[in-house]
Amino acid sequence: MELNAKVPAGPLADKWERHQFDLKLVNPANKRKFTVIVVGSGLAGASAAASMSELGYNVKCFCFQDSPRRAHSIAAQGGINAAKNYQNDGDSVWRLFYDTIKGGDFRAREANVYRLAEISVRIIDQCVAQGVPFAREYGGFLANRSFGGAQVSRTFYARGQTGQQLLLGAYQALEKEVQRGGVVMNSRSEMLDIVTVDGRARGIVVRDLVTGQVESHAADAVVLATGGYGNVFYLSTNARGCNVTASWRAHRRGALFANPCFTQIHPTCIPVSGDYQSKLTLMSESLRNDGRVWVPVKAGDRRPPGDIPEAERDYYLERKYPSFGNLAPRDIASRAAKEVCDEGRGVGPGGRGVYLDFAASIQRLGEAKIAERYGNLFDMYRRITDENPYQVPMRIYPAVHYTMGGLWVDYNLMSTLPGLHVIGEANFSDHGANRLGASALMQGLADGYFVIPLTIGDYLATAKLPPVGTDHPEFRRVEAEVSGRIARLLGAKGRRSADSFHRELGKLMWEKCGMARSAAGLTEALARIPALREEFWSDVHVPGSGTALNQSLEHAGRVADFMELGELMCRDALEREESCGGHFRVEHQTEDGEARRDDTRFCYAAAWEWAGEGAPQGLTREPLQFDNVTLSARSYK
Amino acid sequence: MSHDDTMQITVRVWRQPGPAAGGALVSYDVPGVSPEMSFLEMLDVLNERLTERGELPIAFDHDCREGICGMCGLMINGVAHGPEKATTTCQLHMRSFRNGDVITVEPWRATAFPVLADLVVDRRALDRIIASGGFISAPTGGAPDGNAIPVPKPAADQAMDAAACIGCGACVAACPNGSASLFTAAKISHLGLLPQGQAERFRRALSMVQQMDLEHFGSCTLYGECQEACPKEISIDTITRMNGDFLRAAAQPPVREAATGSI
Repeated sequence: MELNAKVPAGPLADKWERHQFDLKLVNPANKRKFTVIVVGSGLAGASAAASMSELGYNVKCFCFQDSPRRAHSIAAQGGINAAKNYQNDGDSVWRLFYDTIKGGDFRAREANVYRLAEISVRIIDQCVAQGVPFAREYGGFLANRSFGGAQVSRTFYARGQTGQQLLLGAYQALEKEVQRGGVVMNSRSEMLDIVTVDGRARGIVVRDLVTGQVESHAADAVVLATGGYGNVFYLSTNARGCNVTASWRAHRRGALFANPCFTQIHPTCIPVSGDYQSKLTLMSESLRNDGRVWVPVKAGDRRPPGDIPEAERDYYLERKYPSFGNLAPRDIASRAAKEVCDEGRGVGPGGRGVYLDFAASIQRLGEAKIAERYGNLFDMYRRITDENPYQVPMRIYPAVHYTMGGLWVDYNLMSTLPGLHVIGEANFSDHGANRLGASALMQGLADGYFVIPLTIGDYLATAKLPPVGTDHPEFRRVEAEVSGRIARLLGAKGRRSADSFHRELGKLMWEKCGMARSAAGLTEALARIPALREEFWSDVHVPGSGTALNQSLEHAGRVADFMELGELMCRDALEREESCGGHFRVEHQTEDGEARRDDTRFCYAAAWEWAGEGAPQGLTREPLQFDNVTLSARSYK
Repeated sequence: MSHDDTMQITVRVWRQPGPAAGGALVSYDVPGVSPEMSFLEMLDVLNERLTERGELPIAFDHDCREGICGMCGLMINGVAHGPEKATTTCQLHMRSFRNGDVITVEPWRATAFPVLADLVVDRRALDRIIASGGFISAPTGGAPDGNAIPVPKPAADQAMDAAACIGCGACVAACPNGSASLFTAAKISHLGLLPQGQAERFRRALSMVQQMDLEHFGSCTLYGECQEACPKEISIDTITRMNGDFLRAAAQPPVREAATGSI
């Protein structure tokens, strides 16, 4: 397949401006003749649905939770970046662009990243106008904090609940449009397939999670805002319901899946405590503003942290990366933690943990100041671990957090399936091989508020779409396929729960396609996953029926798709014989253990095309061209 | 952790096959519970065992499991979200219980929250309260610079205290009247405390309170149970604020709205 990213010509800084003028418009009277489906109601989905409805489109929005306000964007803690330069510390659109492209280890598209940085400033304005209660200084102006991978203070925040407050802003805008009649909200509805007519996305098939009914919805365009696929690892910081099904079904219908192996392991999560563990909890990166990361100098040192004198502590991030210190980017901080634990210097039960110590900051600023900045995070840590982080250092360890890969999209955020647009974490476009902190919220809202409302108009104005309703035979055909799949899951009547398969897949993915990957490990995983998938379909036991609320069935369907995605991730990771960002191939590292990128052979986005059940996906490469930055070895030393 | 530290727990769980069906409490023994497990992980373990035995697992709502999405919510021994203060069900850990405990687990009970199955209830009435006016009408695109409207820090902090509401519905479940006053007041306070929220302040209070009544939530008689149950410790002072705004709005002669429809 030929990939056309449709990046506008001209100087980088003028591309978006010029493109907005070049985009075809739909006149206000005609907008109400178009229907757009938005799947997902997180930052990207809710902001897109609200903004498109404000423009006059008919929007149908879907989420699997009981309310759109529950989407997992709500759990983002630390903040949102914007190149406001309110701190007068030398920030600019160009610097945010450069930090993001470098943070992504030069594996993202220049034009998309520049647009993101450009739009960032408008997002803050929009959110303030909606009443998002960002942190303020005493003079009433907006406050900022620092985040990893940047040497300026450009992160806006609302205590440790920034994602919640931004999502509530978008959710309230969405509900405003529901009330006005522009958006029809369908909660507890899960998209199980996409319907194409004449090669274009024209609707979706969903299952009503309360009644079990399989239903069709037709539209002129479909927007997926369905988040990331971190739950392929079973244990991650994602909400339990996060899944890849919408993206994967779209992939199987013709949308290429790009860079699936680019996954982010977040360095500061609460370590695993037992086999029953259902999820991992993030401790915001913002904590690294005031917390110092350390382990004992000696391996096997089991003394309580308070008994270990300064001289016998290794503040390894400050030692190895003096210019960024504890604020080294996530991929680097995660690998450094793994390294010291592999050396036997890890702390806590099982030795898979490092300290994040606030003693120095508490001494310098006082407990009250630390409580004001991070109080809710400290409380959460205490509830989970029963330890008081004001008195003893937190124990943290890396965990799967975000997926940079996703469905391939062009500059207009349209996938290779015409009419199917993909926004937010679900697409692959802006973060390359590693996402910097406080950039996910920025991207979700940039896509939803400011990009898709414009680019969708260009598609609708130029596509010449004949009317298609749910009475079209293609809807019947896809409904039958969806129902058949549900029947197959219920009919397997095997011996193992979907959850047990999910755990097994997750463990395999974590071991072979997690923080460190090798050709041998990936090859082994590629042999084991198809066997596991086969066993799943023959031996899964899904209790209950398809015609009622059935959470086991919902989970089983998601696990089935993870089984296919996992294989593609391993294939992508095996194919990419370099280390970059979150993708660390042990064969490709420098003498001091840093990632060794290979720009000659791998300066591209890998886009995979579905080739049918059991057949390996075909690879198309989108070469990444850097006209404005110099490719350099990423150094945070 | 050694095997000896695990606990034997009995849960009595509300089982109800569907919205129209009857329900009953059913007892299950759950041996081998680690004190480090969360309450929902204990239910996960029970569900896995039920599945293995060929029985139907217990349906319950949950998602983020870190106390922020508001999806989970169970009445545990008659207390919304269980015994720990300022803690959602998903953040409650089994170390709060003792070996041999019998724990009763029920869904939220309120006229406005019909049970869908087992422990799952329909809370869409809360969305409709927000839709009736719980927003600032700031369409995408027209916003002035973020620092153009200074917000005094105390106002921003107080607004954030109210905005921390996760919409779980514990306040409704805890209220003897089944009132959604704390939920509604939290949003009215969040937006009404900010300069950006002033233009719609009174109209917002009026519409949201009216919608709350339409949804068959009860009235507030200031029991204060909601404040005790709220996992985000939202204060009932917000209700005072809501009542003030509502009374001012209701006492004013209706402002003639500009002709509706397109301009």
